[in-house]
Amino acid sequence: MSRPACALWVSALLFLSGDGLASPFQPGTEPPAPEPPESNLIEDLEVPPQFDGAMPRGELVPHHYPAQRAAKVVEHYLNTRYGSPYRRVHLHQVHKAGLEDLGQAGNKYHLEISLKEVVSNTDLGPCSAEVLFSGEQDQRAPQVQCSCEGLKKLDTKAEEEALFQKLNSSDSLLSGSNIPDSYGHVAPEMKPMWKLGAAAASFVMLNESNEGTLYNMAQVANFTQLETENDQLRFKYHILLHEMITQEILHWKLLATWSPAGGVSVSQTELQPKCHHCETASAIEIPEATPSPTSAS
Amino acid sequence: MMIPAGLAFVILCAQIADCSTLHVSMPEANPRNYDYTKYHPMSEISDWMKKVVAENPGLVSSAVYGETFEGRNITYLKIGLGSGGPERKAIWMDCGIHAREWIAPAFCQWFVKEILQRYKTDEKLNEMLTNMDFYVTPVLNVDGYMYSWVNEGTRLWRKSRSTPPEGCSCHGVDLNRNFNANWGTVGVSRDCCSNTYCGTGPASEREAQAVTAFVGSRVEQILCFLTIHSAGQLLLMPYGHPNILPPNYDELKALGQAAAAAMKAVHGMEYRVGTSPEILYANSGSSRDWARLMGIPYSYTFELRDTGEFGHLLPEDQIQPACEEAFEGARYIIAYVHDRAFHNRTQIGGAGAAGPFLATVLASCIASTYLL
Repeated sequence: MSRPACALWVSALLFLSGDGLASPFQPGTEPPAPEPPESNLIEDLEVPPQFDGAMPRGELVPHHYPAQRAAKVVEHYLNTRYGSPYRRVHLHQVHKAGLEDLGQAGNKYHLEISLKEVVSNTDLGPCSAEVLFSGEQDQRAPQVQCSCEGLKKLDTKAEEEALFQKLNSSDSLLSGSNIPDSYGHVAPEMKPMWKLGAAAASFVMLNESNEGTLYNMAQVANFTQLETENDQLRFKYHILLHEMITQEILHWKLLATWSPAGGVSVSQTELQPKCHHCETASAIEIPEATPSPTSAS
Repeated sequence: MMIPAGLAFVILCAQIADCSTLHVSMPEANPRNYDYTKYHPMSEISDWMKKVVAENPGLVSSAVYGETFEGRNITYLKIGLGSGGPERKAIWMDCGIHAREWIAPAFCQWFVKEILQRYKTDEKLNEMLTNMDFYVTPVLNVDGYMYSWVNEGTRLWRKSRSTPPEGCSCHGVDLNRNFNANWGTVGVSRDCCSNTYCGTGPASEREAQAVTAFVGSRVEQILCFLTIHSAGQLLLMPYGHPNILPPNYDELKALGQAAAAAMKAVHGMEYRVGTSPEILYANSGSSRDWARLMGIPYSYTFELRDTGEFGHLLPEDQIQPACEEAFEGARYIIAYVHDRAFHNRTQIGGAGAAGPFLATVLASCIASTYLL
């Protein structure tokens, strides 16, 4: 290598390493924080969820839990309005968040978020939303307002019509279970039923949400198609919700109706007793078993 | 920065006689035909561990360091290139403390595979294995993991499989609420039927005792403690209690953010970084908190994919991308703690590969200038 080339390499080296050399972490310059107590004699402390992070009023840190939980509620709300067998909105990021304390009226979150539509893998771009969690006296579901231009560009009419015709005119009534299965697999013909279940679940999740919860649908345990009524397809669903803060799996049964024109609606929602048989002592020895083959019938 | 680095690499490569030595995979180091992109039941994982040890003498050993409630072995793989006594430094990684988080054991296996494939040709990795041991526990909560494989109804089991305590009727303790770290104070339930039941007392559970005994007797040696979970795409720092911060909070935050950036660079996935009460929820009795309280300076919980579309039921076709990004995050942290211990270097923010690459450039440049 000639000297000019070497000089080139050295300057390249300095350019490339400049980033790293510029700001080495210097722990010694940080003011010493108080040592954490070494013992475990912290008093029993029931910290109400909304005060966990000593949340200041006003501006919220977007990636901290209060803004994240409120943004999740927007996701549930949008899925009750726009969800379908071919449309599922998913929270992507929270960009900005603010909190307005309305006293007895509750807490209102102002959010700038971005969303994705996961069936078509479409970036829905930025949205602004408001979420009002009512005060303690009031047991109402959160109230959401959302403006999301990106939703308008979604076009799933063709697929929805095709599915509607197929399920409406079929001789047999469709049913399925364990969607996704233990391996996360969803059979292609079950994907729309999975997404429809998620849209239906969103009604429950929206209703059940508050500042101390974070819901996702874990699985469609099973579903059964019922006879069409009033030009709406009807399904009984048994869904499993995962609530993050308690880490519980909640079983809900519901009746979902759907048509391309009418969207999804939900009735007869019923929380099932906790599934202790999934969790209580079993008389059988645990074998080195693999799960029984799943059937999306 | 990476584009000029990549270009420089290509040009440099052209001047080196044999570029192919820079990236060679070592399939012989790994058991043949083991599919790391599938979920494996415990029996297959145990067989895999035995093979990995048998096929890598002098590099991999294993040991049983405790027993589960139902009497099963809790086993780690110890990977390292040195011989050394009780002074030898180490890093700790455990997976599968929560039964249903299947991507976590899948990641521990992937992590081992990557190390075995790369260590002969990856200078940095080689150096780290020479200086430190890697203790990897592919499945900590063996009873719970096996229970989650029994049938579709048990797939979402989380806890251990200990029998109900007096006066209550449900099995299992949330092992990540059972450690002696502000035990029983916040983010737990005293109801044994709850999924965050913290047990009858701190480290009442055998699985927690195993980690406590092994890691607890080596606190001076262990440079970092990584515990792998799903889901949520988070890097959680100590502590779970909202009123306490670790003394090296700023450093842990900066390091976590750099690791998250390294993870995002792989497949574009965002991982949020912070303490549990900041970004998720308050909790107590976690193994991460216990490790930090014991004095292990770098302690993180990795929450892998996803953010709710599949949750714990992450599809097998996501195992590879999830593991690829998690590997970069874990590697980043491990390289940092290694360099801090062995080179007194606390640089955060440069790309991990830049160091040895740049050193090679400088060395070859100087050598060729003055030798030719």
